[in-house]
Amino acid sequence: MQNNYAYIALFATIGVAFTVATMWVSWVVRPTHKRTGSKAEPYECGELPIGNAWRQFKAGYYIFALLFVVFDVEVAFIFPWARVLRDMKSAGLGLFAFFEMMVFIAILLVGLAYAWRKGVLKWD
Amino acid sequence: MPFDLHSINLFDMGKQFVFTLTLQKISFLAVAFMTFASAVAVVTMKNIFHSLLFLVLTFLGVAGIYLLLSADFLAAVQVLVYIGAITVLIMFALMLTSKLMAKRVSQTMEQWIVALPVTLGILVVLIRLVVLNPWGMKAAPAGPTTGIIGTSLMTKYLLPFELASIVLLVAVVGAILLAKEDKSDDPS
Amino acid sequence: MIPLEWYLALAAVLFCTGIFGVLTRRNAIGILMGIELMLNAANINLVAFARYMHPTILTGHIFAIFVITIAAAEAAVGLAIIISIYRNIELINVDKINVMKW
Repeated sequence: MQNNYAYIALFATIGVAFTVATMWVSWVVRPTHKRTGSKAEPYECGELPIGNAWRQFKAGYYIFALLFVVFDVEVAFIFPWARVLRDMKSAGLGLFAFFEMMVFIAILLVGLAYAWRKGVLKWD
Repeated sequence: MPFDLHSINLFDMGKQFVFTLTLQKISFLAVAFMTFASAVAVVTMKNIFHSLLFLVLTFLGVAGIYLLLSADFLAAVQVLVYIGAITVLIMFALMLTSKLMAKRVSQTMEQWIVALPVTLGILVVLIRLVVLNPWGMKAAPAGPTTGIIGTSLMTKYLLPFELASIVLLVAVVGAILLAKEDKSDDPS
Repeated sequence: MIPLEWYLALAAVLFCTGIFGVLTRRNAIGILMGIELMLNAANINLVAFARYMHPTILTGHIFAIFVITIAAAEAAVGLAIIISIYRNIELINVDKINVMKW
């Protein structure tokens, strides 16, 4: 089991090293230009941006992130449940465990239904 | 290694540290240093968006600590929920309250002169407790954790499990009520 | 094997960093980040004790999952309150939010 973690560490190390190496190479190879005029634009050949990037966003984004968080936390509970469902079935508790999770999901779906009903899911 | 007097104790810990620095301890020290350094960056950065980015690094370090404690499932949950969801939520909230990004708004209190002794006092108490208490526990070899967690959730912790969904439901309803844009008084 | 004290010391240091953040941040979102740090420190303690006391029962892991759930709910409601405050008075510095202090 410790060996698998060594793979994770190796993977993370290679990932970080690749990113750093790529940025280093591009830093070495690229010609130096003064960042003036169109060079200083975010998109050199694209549309000119209007205003600052730190502008105020709609509150609707927050509610979508909120619903995502809730169903993301739900995964943390569903995953171990799915892992043991077969064991519970062989112990004669299969239906029980299944309906427990259905209740759990149903309670969370009430929250989604509330959001829908309040109209915050509408993207206008 | 006996722990009786803490002056000797620290010295002993130092000696042990020099002599038995295994690969596991090296990885712990590396991960712990990364976690601590990025946590300090979280609380000291001038730009709050930068401290959010360092918060991601701190969460990643804590996930690494979970892996060292062979809590494989919790490490995955840490990455999934904290890095994948809560950080995104905080990021959206930062973007929604965008005047924070203005340079003239100061992010830190000037009361750090008071806060630092308080923090260090609590730290000294906690570290003394950790060092002086004879824990005397040895870690047994541990296997995969997901199955054990699932069985406990379905049997012994069934009621907290269902209550967790109700807590999440209440959180969703409350947060939607608070964050919903009122069409009547908000012309923009 | 890593001694238990190392994990506890790391958790203590992380907790105190969180306290420092909560005490010194002016921005309400920064205070929330400090609270998240403190919750993570508590989780490290729970998991470390679960590992060193009962590696086959894992009560600490279950509690850590519930702490993460509560942290998610707390962040959701807390940030919604912050957004609501911002919409009303256009700033979220906690030393300026004093309309209820009369």
